[in-house]
Amino acid sequence: MSIFVDETTTVVVQGVSPKSQGLYHGLRNRAYGTKVVAGTNPKRGGEVIGGIPVFATVAEAVEATGAIASFISVPPPFAAAAILEAAEAGISFIVCITEGIPAHDEAKTYNRLVREHPGTRLLGPNCPGVISPGKCNIGITSGDIALPGGPVGIVSRSGTLTYQALHELSQQGVGQTTCVGIGGDPVPGTNFIDCLAAFQDDPDTKAIMMIGEIGGSEEERAAEFIAERVTKPVVSYIAGVTAPPGRKMGHAGAIISGSQGTAQAKMEALSAAGALVAQNPTEAGVRMVEIVKELG
Amino acid sequence: MDLYEYQGKQYFARYGIPTSPGGVADTVDEAVARADAAGYPVVVKAQVKVGGRGKAGGIKLAEDADEVRQHAGAILGMDIKGHLVHRVWVEHASDIAEEYYASFTLDRPEKNYLGMLSAEGGVEIEEVAATNPGAIALIHLDPAGGLDLEAARRWVDDAGLDEAARDEAAGVLVSLYRCYDDGDCDLAEINPLILTTDGRVHALDAKVTLDDNARFRHPEWDEFAATETDDPREQMAKEKGLNYIGLSGDVGIIANGAGLAMSTCDVVNQVGGSPANFLDIGGGANADVMSAALEVINADPSVRSIFVNIFGGITRVDEVAKGVIEALGRVDLRSPIVLRLDGTNAEEGRALLLPHLSDRLVAEPTMLEAARRAVSLAAAAGERGASVGGERA
Repeated sequence: MSIFVDETTTVVVQGVSPKSQGLYHGLRNRAYGTKVVAGTNPKRGGEVIGGIPVFATVAEAVEATGAIASFISVPPPFAAAAILEAAEAGISFIVCITEGIPAHDEAKTYNRLVREHPGTRLLGPNCPGVISPGKCNIGITSGDIALPGGPVGIVSRSGTLTYQALHELSQQGVGQTTCVGIGGDPVPGTNFIDCLAAFQDDPDTKAIMMIGEIGGSEEERAAEFIAERVTKPVVSYIAGVTAPPGRKMGHAGAIISGSQGTAQAKMEALSAAGALVAQNPTEAGVRMVEIVKELG
Repeated sequence: MDLYEYQGKQYFARYGIPTSPGGVADTVDEAVARADAAGYPVVVKAQVKVGGRGKAGGIKLAEDADEVRQHAGAILGMDIKGHLVHRVWVEHASDIAEEYYASFTLDRPEKNYLGMLSAEGGVEIEEVAATNPGAIALIHLDPAGGLDLEAARRWVDDAGLDEAARDEAAGVLVSLYRCYDDGDCDLAEINPLILTTDGRVHALDAKVTLDDNARFRHPEWDEFAATETDDPREQMAKEKGLNYIGLSGDVGIIANGAGLAMSTCDVVNQVGGSPANFLDIGGGANADVMSAALEVINADPSVRSIFVNIFGGITRVDEVAKGVIEALGRVDLRSPIVLRLDGTNAEEGRALLLPHLSDRLVAEPTMLEAARRAVSLAAAAGERGASVGGERA
């Protein structure tokens, strides 16, 4: 099994035109085996682009194809509206990879989703997406570095570190059930706890790798959740030990303010919760491989 | 983007938040002119983006033009915690009856807006929060909603501000909320918000952090961005559109992705080295981006080795390798490069690089090994530098 997406997930790509990022990524995802059933573009309804039937709106695409998931890579000024359009059309799982959305737009969109569309899950923004190896890939993760068959679930705040984690495991012959990139923005639609809970409930996931970074307190809250609810082994790694306070380290969410959000505090919280805390991505991979071998 | 106090006050003014009459000055003569216009007595305040400037002697009261001349002369050029003072703000001195604190920021765990208001202003709010948390009245606001005058008035009552301040303070808070929300601030803080002896409420300081992601809808921020950074390395990187933060070590770092770039700094530190910078080149690691990144690192005199750490996801490693090779032809590098390339098309990428490898361009198979190599190369260069210096002496 997997979490959030599987081989039955049908996807509509929002913002498809011959040169758009949406088409580029949508075709890559389709080549991986993802059921990309529709695209949208208000000016190109009725066209077929790259073999993908295009509709003017998400609502029309859903009505015609029954798509249950959407993929958004439109530029920041248009992302919030695209997310709300998908939710209003009844999409239950939205992946938004757009980087650079204003924090207030994210906060407003998140609160409207929770209030008006409680059945919709948003992954991202500013995330690499989700891949259930061999089944479904929505986003920009390279399918080659993932290995089907489990038993590890991965959840990460960072894009390239997610790839690094996949790579470390796949190279050692350890597969993944699902790998979720939740993104590095201040208001992620899906957080660590959502993913930890889903992995805990997924019978095929036997161990969880969690990759965090400086800023905010999501890792500390995840640690509390691990202590209370997660019985599966967790290996974690936190990036940003050497990050100076008060400076955004690339991600809008990765900033140490005052004594809040340091890597050290997060590592201590996770360690106290029973997670195995690695000092670097390679060590995280090695420790996870050991755990999987012990599980048999 | 953090604003200077004077910029914060200019930004406040756009949203109708009252401040003291004043102006900005780069020279002593300008400071006197601003003081004459504002009306004596005045306060001369150093413009630096660091706390504790009052204790450092960067804020002075002046009764007349001679005193302005004296204080502005002392403050301009002053070094406050490593920040050189280029500008002062000169404003009419207020007769303060009470000092309060007010701010809006994003409450990340709660995913909504958090307003903080306290009758105990003028000091570090973290200190109040630690020693007397009951003195801060919190208000959580739905980002999709707003703050009206009625709610602001209840909040002011709750915080226990002086009766004389309550009506005007409520109005200031509504304006501050608009500044925070419409103005796309990460932080909008007034500390202190004062009640004057004649019963007026206004902002005596301004601490504003703008959300860089919202810049596309705020052309008025261009002038703030022009004065943003003191670090010449960061200025150069910004001009080249790179995501760069200067650090104090000698191993230059280039990586793709913020998380990997942070992790690369950490790993260099773990193996006994010290990163000179954080640099995320993002997804498009082509020759132009790679050249720009190498140029910025090369311009930093403290760099003794360069660690390029790329994990190809959507970026193909063979394209990165071509970028590195082309960049090497364009940039005359002072320091050796250690490359670690992994991910999509890594084999092809490594094959392309093979004929170019030398003692100045080294490839290592893993992040950890590459970090060790970069650190040892930096150390060796450091020793050479030291012995050369010794001979000169």
